[in-house]
Amino acid sequence: MESRSLETNGSITKICRGYDNEAYLEFDAISANESFARLVVSSFIAGLNPTVEELADVKTAVSEAVTNAIIHGYENVLGYIPGRMKCPREICEGKVRMRIRITGDVVHIEVEDDGKGIENIKQAMEPLYTTKPQLERSGMGFAFMEAFMDDLQVFSVPGEGCKVVMEKKIGSTPWLDEE
Amino acid sequence: MDFKVIDNYLMIKMPVEVDHHLAGAICKKADAFLVNDKVNNIVFDFEETKFMDSSGIGIIVGRYKKISYLGGKVFAVHVDRQIRRILYISGLNKMIEVLD
Repeated sequence: MESRSLETNGSITKICRGYDNEAYLEFDAISANESFARLVVSSFIAGLNPTVEELADVKTAVSEAVTNAIIHGYENVLGYIPGRMKCPREICEGKVRMRIRITGDVVHIEVEDDGKGIENIKQAMEPLYTTKPQLERSGMGFAFMEAFMDDLQVFSVPGEGCKVVMEKKIGSTPWLDEE
Repeated sequence: MDFKVIDNYLMIKMPVEVDHHLAGAICKKADAFLVNDKVNNIVFDFEETKFMDSSGIGIIVGRYKKISYLGGKVFAVHVDRQIRRILYISGLNKMIEVLD
Protein backbone atom coordinates (compact mmCIF):
# COMPACT_ATOMS: atom_id res chain seq x y z
CA MET A 1 0.00 0.00 0.00
CA GLU A 2 1.29 3.40 -0.95
CA SER A 3 1.99 5.76 1.92
CA ARG A 4 1.45 9.48 1.71
CA SER A 5 1.70 12.27 4.17
CA LEU A 6 -0.89 14.98 4.37
CA GLU A 7 -0.10 18.37 5.79
CA THR A 8 -2.90 20.06 7.72
CA ASN A 9 -2.50 23.24 9.74
CA GLY A 10 1.15 22.60 10.46
CA SER A 11 0.63 19.14 11.91
CA ILE A 12 1.44 16.15 9.77
CA THR A 13 -1.00 13.30 9.60
CA LYS A 14 0.34 10.08 8.18
CA ILE A 15 -2.14 8.33 5.95
CA CYS A 16 -1.22 4.77 5.15
CA ARG A 17 -3.26 4.40 2.01
CA GLY A 18 -3.19 5.85 -1.44
CA TYR A 19 -6.11 8.26 -1.19
CA ASP A 20 -7.68 10.96 0.97
CA ASN A 21 -11.33 10.04 0.88
CA GLU A 22 -13.34 7.14 -0.44
CA ALA A 23 -16.98 6.26 -0.98
CA TYR A 24 -18.26 2.87 -2.00
CA LEU A 25 -21.79 1.96 -2.82
CA GLU A 26 -23.80 -0.79 -4.37
CA PHE A 27 -27.22 -0.33 -5.92
CA ASP A 28 -29.76 -2.16 -8.06
CA ALA A 29 -29.19 -2.10 -11.81
CA ILE A 30 -32.33 -0.15 -12.64
CA SER A 31 -32.63 3.08 -14.59
CA ALA A 32 -33.96 5.06 -11.60
CA ASN A 33 -30.51 4.73 -10.03
CA GLU A 34 -28.70 6.51 -12.86
CA SER A 35 -29.63 9.92 -11.47
CA PHE A 36 -28.86 8.64 -7.96
CA ALA A 37 -25.31 7.71 -8.98
CA ARG A 38 -24.77 11.14 -10.57
CA LEU A 39 -26.05 12.87 -7.44
CA VAL A 40 -23.76 10.85 -5.17
CA VAL A 41 -20.70 11.64 -7.27
CA SER A 42 -21.43 15.35 -7.51
CA SER A 43 -21.97 15.70 -3.75
CA PHE A 44 -18.91 13.61 -2.94
CA ILE A 45 -16.54 15.69 -5.06
CA ALA A 46 -18.12 19.04 -4.14
CA GLY A 47 -15.30 19.69 -1.65
CA LEU A 48 -12.81 19.84 -4.52
CA ASN A 49 -14.58 22.95 -5.76
CA PRO A 50 -15.06 21.74 -9.32
CA THR A 51 -16.16 24.23 -11.96
CA VAL A 52 -19.66 23.82 -13.37
CA GLU A 53 -18.04 22.31 -16.43
CA GLU A 54 -15.91 19.80 -14.52
CA LEU A 55 -18.91 18.72 -12.50
CA ALA A 56 -20.93 18.22 -15.68
CA ASP A 57 -18.04 16.20 -17.18
CA VAL A 58 -17.84 13.84 -14.21
CA LYS A 59 -21.63 13.47 -13.99
CA THR A 60 -21.89 12.65 -17.69
CA ALA A 61 -19.08 10.09 -17.52
CA VAL A 62 -20.65 8.40 -14.49
CA SER A 63 -24.04 8.44 -16.15
CA GLU A 64 -22.60 6.70 -19.21
CA ALA A 65 -20.76 4.06 -17.17
CA VAL A 66 -23.74 3.26 -14.94
CA THR A 67 -26.14 3.22 -17.90
CA ASN A 68 -23.81 0.80 -19.71
CA ALA A 69 -23.80 -1.52 -16.70
CA ILE A 70 -27.60 -1.44 -16.52
CA ILE A 71 -28.42 -1.70 -20.24
CA HIS A 72 -25.56 -3.81 -21.53
CA GLY A 73 -24.32 -5.65 -18.44
CA TYR A 74 -27.73 -6.71 -17.17
CA GLU A 75 -29.89 -5.87 -20.18
CA ASN A 76 -32.36 -3.89 -18.09
CA VAL A 77 -33.29 -1.76 -21.04
CA LEU A 78 -36.61 -0.35 -19.84
CA GLY A 79 -36.95 2.73 -17.68
CA TYR A 80 -38.18 1.61 -14.27
CA ILE A 81 -39.01 3.35 -10.98
CA PRO A 82 -39.76 0.85 -8.18
CA GLY A 83 -43.01 1.59 -6.35
CA ARG A 84 -44.28 3.92 -9.03
CA MET A 85 -44.22 1.60 -11.99
CA LYS A 86 -45.07 -2.02 -12.58
CA CYS A 87 -41.89 -4.05 -12.51
CA PRO A 88 -40.95 -5.09 -16.06
CA ARG A 89 -41.18 -8.85 -16.47
CA GLU A 90 -37.69 -9.16 -17.83
CA ILE A 91 -35.88 -7.29 -15.07
CA CYS A 92 -32.52 -8.73 -14.12
CA GLU A 93 -31.67 -8.44 -10.43
CA GLY A 94 -28.12 -7.28 -10.79
CA LYS A 95 -26.10 -4.87 -8.73
CA VAL A 96 -23.86 -2.04 -9.84
CA ARG A 97 -20.94 -1.12 -7.60
CA MET A 98 -19.38 2.31 -7.62
CA ARG A 99 -16.22 3.41 -5.86
CA ILE A 100 -15.18 7.06 -5.77
CA ARG A 101 -11.78 8.05 -4.46
CA ILE A 102 -10.31 11.47 -4.00
CA THR A 103 -6.54 11.81 -3.92
CA GLY A 104 -5.39 15.40 -3.77
CA ASP A 105 -7.25 17.03 -6.64
CA VAL A 106 -7.77 13.84 -8.61
CA VAL A 107 -11.05 11.98 -8.59
CA HIS A 108 -10.92 8.29 -9.35
CA ILE A 109 -14.15 6.46 -10.18
CA GLU A 110 -14.78 2.77 -10.67
CA VAL A 111 -18.07 1.38 -11.94
CA GLU A 112 -18.41 -2.37 -11.87
CA ASP A 113 -21.08 -4.92 -12.69
CA ASP A 114 -21.41 -8.71 -12.74
CA GLY A 115 -23.30 -8.73 -16.00
CA LYS A 116 -22.57 -10.33 -19.32
CA GLY A 117 -19.36 -8.45 -20.00
CA ILE A 118 -17.88 -7.23 -23.26
CA GLU A 119 -16.41 -9.60 -25.87
CA ASN A 120 -14.47 -7.01 -27.83
CA ILE A 121 -13.61 -3.96 -25.75
CA LYS A 122 -11.80 -2.19 -28.58
CA GLN A 123 -14.85 -2.41 -30.83
CA ALA A 124 -17.20 -1.42 -28.00
CA MET A 125 -15.19 1.75 -27.45
CA GLU A 126 -15.47 2.89 -31.06
CA PRO A 127 -17.72 5.94 -31.37
CA LEU A 128 -21.17 5.12 -32.76
CA TYR A 129 -20.72 1.38 -32.20
CA THR A 130 -23.81 0.00 -30.51
CA THR A 131 -25.06 -3.52 -29.92
CA LYS A 132 -28.56 -2.18 -29.47
CA PRO A 133 -29.48 -0.04 -32.50
CA GLN A 134 -33.15 -0.95 -31.99
CA LEU A 135 -33.07 0.95 -28.69
CA GLU A 136 -31.85 4.09 -30.43
CA ARG A 137 -28.78 4.30 -28.30
CA SER A 138 -26.21 6.62 -29.80
CA GLY A 139 -23.12 4.44 -29.33
CA MET A 140 -21.37 7.43 -27.80
CA GLY A 141 -21.07 6.16 -24.22
CA PHE A 142 -17.38 5.28 -24.12
CA ALA A 143 -16.54 8.21 -26.41
CA PHE A 144 -18.12 10.58 -23.89
CA MET A 145 -16.29 8.95 -20.98
CA GLU A 146 -13.04 9.40 -22.89
CA ALA A 147 -13.83 12.97 -23.85
CA PHE A 148 -14.90 14.11 -20.41
CA MET A 149 -12.36 12.33 -18.21
CA ASP A 150 -8.55 12.40 -18.31
CA ASP A 151 -8.11 8.66 -18.23
CA LEU A 152 -10.34 5.70 -19.01
CA GLN A 153 -9.70 1.99 -18.67
CA VAL A 154 -12.15 -0.82 -19.33
CA PHE A 155 -11.74 -4.37 -18.04
CA SER A 156 -14.08 -7.20 -18.82
CA VAL A 157 -14.37 -10.96 -18.77
CA PRO A 158 -17.28 -12.07 -20.97
CA GLY A 159 -19.94 -13.70 -18.81
CA GLU A 160 -18.47 -12.32 -15.59
CA GLY A 161 -18.86 -8.59 -15.78
CA CYS A 162 -17.24 -5.33 -16.63
CA LYS A 163 -15.29 -2.68 -14.78
CA VAL A 164 -14.76 0.88 -15.93
CA VAL A 165 -12.01 2.87 -14.23
CA MET A 166 -11.72 6.60 -14.89
CA GLU A 167 -9.82 9.53 -13.48
CA LYS A 168 -10.01 13.27 -13.71
CA LYS A 169 -7.98 16.06 -12.23
CA ILE A 170 -10.22 18.75 -10.81
CA GLY A 171 -9.21 22.38 -10.99
CA SER A 172 -6.96 22.00 -14.02
CA THR A 173 -9.35 23.23 -16.67
CA PRO A 174 -9.73 26.99 -16.77
CA TRP A 175 -13.07 28.40 -17.83
CA LEU A 176 -12.48 27.62 -21.47
CA ASP A 177 -14.65 28.82 -24.28
CA GLU A 178 -14.58 25.84 -26.53
CA GLU A 179 -16.34 27.25 -29.57
CA MET B 1 -41.79 16.71 -20.40
CA ASP B 2 -44.51 18.17 -22.55
CA PHE B 3 -45.58 17.73 -26.17
CA LYS B 4 -47.34 20.33 -28.26
CA VAL B 5 -48.15 20.63 -31.96
CA ILE B 6 -47.98 24.10 -33.52
CA ASP B 7 -48.68 24.13 -37.28
CA ASN B 8 -46.55 21.27 -38.52
CA TYR B 9 -43.98 21.58 -35.76
CA LEU B 10 -43.83 19.18 -32.84
CA MET B 11 -42.51 20.99 -29.77
CA ILE B 12 -41.00 18.70 -27.16
CA LYS B 13 -40.20 20.20 -23.79
CA MET B 14 -37.34 18.03 -22.56
CA PRO B 15 -37.21 16.93 -18.89
CA VAL B 16 -34.78 18.32 -16.30
CA GLU B 17 -32.52 15.31 -16.71
CA VAL B 18 -32.31 13.56 -20.07
CA ASP B 19 -30.89 10.08 -19.55
CA HIS B 20 -31.68 6.46 -20.39
CA HIS B 21 -34.36 6.43 -17.71
CA LEU B 22 -36.79 8.63 -19.66
CA ALA B 23 -35.40 8.16 -23.18
CA GLY B 24 -37.69 5.28 -24.14
CA ALA B 25 -40.82 7.17 -23.08
CA ILE B 26 -39.82 10.33 -24.98
CA CYS B 27 -39.10 8.39 -28.20
CA LYS B 28 -42.36 6.47 -28.02
CA LYS B 29 -44.47 9.57 -27.42
CA ALA B 30 -42.70 11.62 -30.09
CA ASP B 31 -43.15 8.87 -32.69
CA ALA B 32 -46.87 8.68 -31.95
CA PHE B 33 -47.13 12.39 -32.76
CA LEU B 34 -45.16 11.91 -35.99
CA VAL B 35 -47.63 9.28 -37.16
CA ASN B 36 -50.90 10.74 -35.88
CA ASP B 37 -50.44 14.49 -36.24
CA LYS B 38 -48.47 14.52 -39.49
CA VAL B 39 -45.88 16.95 -38.19
CA ASN B 40 -42.74 17.27 -40.26
CA ASN B 41 -40.48 19.32 -38.05
CA ILE B 42 -39.39 18.72 -34.46
CA VAL B 43 -38.23 21.27 -31.92
CA PHE B 44 -36.46 19.95 -28.82
CA ASP B 45 -36.77 22.57 -26.11
CA PHE B 46 -34.02 22.29 -23.47
CA GLU B 47 -35.15 25.25 -21.38
CA GLU B 48 -35.65 23.15 -18.24
CA THR B 49 -32.87 20.67 -18.92
CA LYS B 50 -29.91 20.68 -16.55
CA PHE B 51 -28.32 17.41 -17.59
CA MET B 52 -28.07 15.29 -20.72
CA ASP B 53 -25.94 12.28 -21.57
CA SER B 54 -25.58 10.15 -24.72
CA SER B 55 -29.14 8.89 -24.34
CA GLY B 56 -30.25 12.37 -25.43
CA ILE B 57 -28.14 12.02 -28.57
CA GLY B 58 -29.90 8.73 -29.26
CA ILE B 59 -33.31 10.39 -28.94
CA ILE B 60 -32.40 13.23 -31.32
CA VAL B 61 -30.65 11.06 -33.93
CA GLY B 62 -33.56 8.62 -33.96
CA ARG B 63 -36.11 11.41 -34.52
CA TYR B 64 -33.83 13.08 -37.07
CA LYS B 65 -33.76 9.91 -39.18
CA LYS B 66 -37.56 9.71 -39.21
CA ILE B 67 -38.15 13.41 -39.82
CA SER B 68 -35.64 13.70 -42.65
CA TYR B 69 -37.65 11.11 -44.61
CA LEU B 70 -40.48 13.63 -44.50
CA GLY B 71 -38.20 16.41 -45.65
CA GLY B 72 -38.47 18.14 -42.29
CA LYS B 73 -35.98 19.70 -39.93
CA VAL B 74 -34.93 19.19 -36.35
CA PHE B 75 -34.16 22.07 -33.99
CA ALA B 76 -32.68 22.25 -30.51
CA VAL B 77 -33.58 25.43 -28.65
CA HIS B 78 -32.68 26.98 -25.28
CA VAL B 79 -29.45 25.01 -25.36
CA ASP B 80 -27.12 25.83 -22.51
CA ARG B 81 -23.33 25.35 -22.41
CA GLN B 82 -23.36 21.75 -21.17
CA ILE B 83 -25.89 20.55 -23.69
CA ARG B 84 -24.17 22.47 -26.46
CA ARG B 85 -20.92 20.65 -25.67
CA ILE B 86 -22.66 17.28 -25.83
CA LEU B 87 -24.21 18.20 -29.19
CA TYR B 88 -20.86 19.40 -30.58
CA ILE B 89 -18.79 16.44 -29.36
CA SER B 90 -21.24 14.05 -30.98
CA GLY B 91 -21.28 16.10 -34.20
CA LEU B 92 -25.03 16.57 -33.99
CA ASN B 93 -24.71 20.31 -34.58
CA LYS B 94 -24.06 19.44 -38.24
CA MET B 95 -27.36 17.61 -38.58
CA ILE B 96 -29.72 19.83 -36.65
CA GLU B 97 -30.17 23.56 -35.99
CA VAL B 98 -28.88 24.47 -32.55
CA LEU B 99 -30.25 27.74 -31.16
CA ASP B 100 -29.80 29.52 -27.84
